[in-house]
Amino acid sequence: MRRLTHICSILGLLATSAMAYAGPALDGIQQKQPTNWHAIIMFLLFVALTMGITYWAAGRTKSTSDFYTAGGGITGFQNGLAIAGDYMSAATLLGLSAMVYGQGYDGYIYMLAFFAGWPIILFLMAERLRNLGRFTFSDITAYRLEQGSVRTMAAISSLTVVCFYLLAQMVGAGQLIKLLFGLEYKIAIFSVGILMMIYVIFGGMVATTWVQIIKACMLLIGGTLVAILAMSRFGFSYSNVVEQATAVHKLGPKLMYPGSLLADPVTAISLGLGLMFGTAGLPHILMRFFTVTNAKEARKSVLYASGFVSYFFNVIFLLGLTGIIIVGQNASFFEGGNIGGKLIGGGNMVAMHLAKAVGGNLLLGFLAAVAFATILAVVSGLALAGASAISHDLYARVIMKGKASETTEIKVSRIAVICLGFIAIVLGILFEKQNIAFMVGLAFGVAAAANFPVLILSMYWKGLTTRGALWGGYGGLFSAVIFVVLSKSVWVDVIGKKAALFPYGQPAIFAMPIAFLLAFIFSKLDGSDRAKAEIEAFEDQYVRAQTGFGASTSTKH
Amino acid sequence: MSSEMYEHMRSNPKFQKLVARRGRFAWTLAFIVLAMFYGFVLVVAFKPALLGRPIMPGSMVTIGVAVELFMFIFFWVLTAVYVIRANGEFDALTQDLIKDAWKENK
Repeated sequence: MRRLTHICSILGLLATSAMAYAGPALDGIQQKQPTNWHAIIMFLLFVALTMGITYWAAGRTKSTSDFYTAGGGITGFQNGLAIAGDYMSAATLLGLSAMVYGQGYDGYIYMLAFFAGWPIILFLMAERLRNLGRFTFSDITAYRLEQGSVRTMAAISSLTVVCFYLLAQMVGAGQLIKLLFGLEYKIAIFSVGILMMIYVIFGGMVATTWVQIIKACMLLIGGTLVAILAMSRFGFSYSNVVEQATAVHKLGPKLMYPGSLLADPVTAISLGLGLMFGTAGLPHILMRFFTVTNAKEARKSVLYASGFVSYFFNVIFLLGLTGIIIVGQNASFFEGGNIGGKLIGGGNMVAMHLAKAVGGNLLLGFLAAVAFATILAVVSGLALAGASAISHDLYARVIMKGKASETTEIKVSRIAVICLGFIAIVLGILFEKQNIAFMVGLAFGVAAAANFPVLILSMYWKGLTTRGALWGGYGGLFSAVIFVVLSKSVWVDVIGKKAALFPYGQPAIFAMPIAFLLAFIFSKLDGSDRAKAEIEAFEDQYVRAQTGFGASTSTKH
Repeated sequence: MSSEMYEHMRSNPKFQKLVARRGRFAWTLAFIVLAMFYGFVLVVAFKPALLGRPIMPGSMVTIGVAVELFMFIFFWVLTAVYVIRANGEFDALTQDLIKDAWKENK
């Protein structure tokens, strides 16, 4: 036990750093607030509705295809909403509005970087993903390569991404719920973990998708409502908002200039790469492409998803700007009534305070419920992606070599969800006091450097062989992790060394070329018979990728 | 059977036409997005002051905000353009191709 706590404290130390991709962390130790009944009642309504859906979904979840991909029967519009739901986490709403509040225009640049990956995913990946894949993105990387080793590699990097992302969400959730609902941190963590397990275990992808859809609608409505009410105070004039915001903000006119966050060019470019291609390598996002009927619906999904994401980012920009005036000039939102001091509940509460200022406790309650629902939906999507890597890739394909029955595969999947859920709860509690921001950064870094290069090469480059894929995948994984550990966010802020060995906060610009280069060199050097057969097999894969002929189709209900 | 079908499709000139047309279209659009986005990132990195200037004297709207808002909308319009053409023209061509392959297979 002592040893365990020792290990945990080391892990905890590793976590006390701040490298924010998805916006700043829900940092600092929050004060427990008085119990917020509006929020709790609205959240309970959400839970009741989603539990009803889970009960309905459970009756429709019989085969592995139902469990992992809702039988492939989700429409493009539904999937578009669900993808938007998966992509816009609580950190997006709270973190990015806080970033605009604090840094102005820099926050808007971050949002464009988060968005710009979507068109690229559509043009270069969406239809090939749908045409080649079935349950997980490893189906594609391992399509013509050696099943065992390539799937193991893809599952390891998937699980790395899922675990870091999940932990970041859990700790954020605990802090947020403690603050917004006035619940104990541990109770918050347990309720998120247990609700997530219920959704995923019983309802599989059908329930997870509907939780995402409902939450995405709530988020869009809630955010829009706050933005409209806030903008109405300025006669719906953007110019009025900016004029007043620059007048009161400590940055002054510099508010609308690119600032300190992207000061050096390497960081700016690396951030752009990491966010753009990280999005294209997140397992829970990629998995969503297998839930639709065909490539046509897959394309529509991206169209709707990117429309919602793009719209919402602009709403968040307005929330941040109006927050500067409405929240930033109101003493009641600052600790000790000290304007310009510390915001009550920490820097990330801008959107929440704004909701209260323009819509009272009712709107605050609604937005708080939305934030809770958001976390729940995102962790469910992550848990399902993690469970499918364990049950579909590792268990059914690697260990059982494709001979597992559907019933046992689903059983393994459900056990995997329980395990992931408990790991998330335990780590969530252990990491309560840690700053976990760098984990989201690490998740995006690994997704961009380990998942994305091998995935895109397997779809586009004939010459990729098993050896190349393994070197590229593991090379990207290790270099992304090592660069983050050696960067200031861990090496200096956590381990306490004087100077960072890796001078940049963002690993993508270095880790991605390493992955591509290793994959290229080791594929070229691979002269084995297996490699020749793999290169030859590209021809058939290519026709299927282009036409969708032979792609898995939806099951009839 | 699948492999034979793939062989039929591959040797069909329509397949080459589909692949060439769609490939060119998708890569052109991707290139536009990448060039605009990374061009913008380079401006952020090397000429940040430019983005803070107003679009016209006295305006509260800065060049940076205007350019970004344009990209948010324009990139989405490009996705719509791609989806319309792919779901119409390219999918029709694909269906045609599969039909031909079935015929040949008989």
